[in-house]
Amino acid sequence: MAMTARQRARVSLYVQAGIFIVAVAALILATDWKTVGNSVFNFGKIGPMFPGILVTGLLNTLIYTALGFAVGLSGGLLLALMKLSSFPLYRWIATGYIEFFRGIPALLVFIAFGYGVPLAFGVQWNVTIIVMVSLGMVAAAYIAETLRAGLQAVPKGQTEAARSLGMPQWRAMVTIVIPQAFKIVLPPLTNEIILLTKDSSLIYVLGLTASQYELTKFGRDGISSLGAGLTPLLVAGALYLVITIPLSLLARKFESRSARTKR
Amino acid sequence: MNDVEQNTNPAQVKAAGVSIKDLRKSYGSNEVLKGISLDVRPGEVVCLIGPSGSGKSTLLRCVNLLEQPNDGAIHVGGFEATDPDVDIDKMRRKVGMVFQQFNLFPHLDVLRNCTVAQTKVLKRSQDEADKIAQANLDRVGLGHLSKRFPDQLSGGQQQRVAIARALSMNPELMLFDEPTSALDPETVGDVLAVMRKLAREGMTMLVVTHEMAFAREVADRVVFMDGGVVVEEGVAERVIGAPQQPRTQEFLRRVLDPTHIEVAED
Repeated sequence: MAMTARQRARVSLYVQAGIFIVAVAALILATDWKTVGNSVFNFGKIGPMFPGILVTGLLNTLIYTALGFAVGLSGGLLLALMKLSSFPLYRWIATGYIEFFRGIPALLVFIAFGYGVPLAFGVQWNVTIIVMVSLGMVAAAYIAETLRAGLQAVPKGQTEAARSLGMPQWRAMVTIVIPQAFKIVLPPLTNEIILLTKDSSLIYVLGLTASQYELTKFGRDGISSLGAGLTPLLVAGALYLVITIPLSLLARKFESRSARTKR
Repeated sequence: MNDVEQNTNPAQVKAAGVSIKDLRKSYGSNEVLKGISLDVRPGEVVCLIGPSGSGKSTLLRCVNLLEQPNDGAIHVGGFEATDPDVDIDKMRRKVGMVFQQFNLFPHLDVLRNCTVAQTKVLKRSQDEADKIAQANLDRVGLGHLSKRFPDQLSGGQQQRVAIARALSMNPELMLFDEPTSALDPETVGDVLAVMRKLAREGMTMLVVTHEMAFAREVADRVVFMDGGVVVEEGVAERVIGAPQQPRTQEFLRRVLDPTHIEVAED
């Protein structure tokens, strides 16, 4: 029997809701709630994590991310300009760099700078510098591609107008093109910060002193010391969301604003 | 007389001439300018007309080197544009350019659009630049909109700001690349009025346009281009009113009376 479009839409909704209910029910039945209560949602025992995880962990995560982003942004801008350069060698170097650092796990970069550099050059960097450089160099590769796309999205007429007014190429770039490109890439750039926030957890592979702990390290430490199972990781995870969700909302706000000005 | 007055007083327009000799320009194997020669005297208004693809915009863009000619010579106000050692930026300060798509800077307000090159290129103080920009905005009738942003203006207003922006650099020659082609019909008149005023003040103007009435009224000379060559040139009244060449006649018939073209059978 033929159905109207409205009937078909309603049946589709019922089917989707049915699948959802069955899946949730199966999950609830299959879960060992007693164990989960002891080792995942065991909030009675996590008291000792505070206030350290906030005043040290959350703060360090924010600091490491900010430092990594600062290096990543300046490096990314340099790479993006190199990639658009008329000098082929610069383009090759930038392409090589970007492909390399986007292609290998960030973890390897942390190990390289944490253990490889001291071995090779006999210098011992402090943890903050290692995070800043490792995180920054990986971020630069991603940010470079974002910025390059942004720079290319600025209409060619903008450069032509600037050059027609007697601005040299670099001046047109700095005063006219780059500010517009940044406006275009604000939403994707905010997403880069979110990725960086999470990647800052990779610092756990280095030996840290207590004052250098960030969120993930606090969580892992809590697992072994508190006897609350995985609950400390749940707390750490929640605190990451405290950072990343506002950033997400910010990115969405930027997006709607740039959509509005474009008309 | 102080500097500001000197820079903003329309009576002080210092006009430069242009001399183009046997100019050639190719994109790959496609030659768009096949040896163009054209002289524009200081203070003269020359309109370039012709079908799309005839090379008129390319010719205009060669004059301030937005396109690099392959061969030939261009002299602009004491500069030899085609000399490989020419200081392009210095030369461009003398040449104002107005684009079909306005190309205002969307991240700057109207006043900043008109001051940014003054302060960064001519090294004028912000105060002086503001005064000059304001005077030129008044000149195009938009002095009251200096705090708006480009996307808050109509197309015609944007184009007039673009003219004020170019004028704020005290150019000795103005290039207009189809300045009214992207405009809503009701705003075309305001832009043409500004250009007419500029012409009366003695500015040298090279204008690519499809506005035949404007060309006829304002231009000292009209140049008809087709297929990368100058087909016919002369006094506006004669080229538009009584064209000699068949190609010019055909083009003008199509432009002036587009509703009476018969469907071609081919």
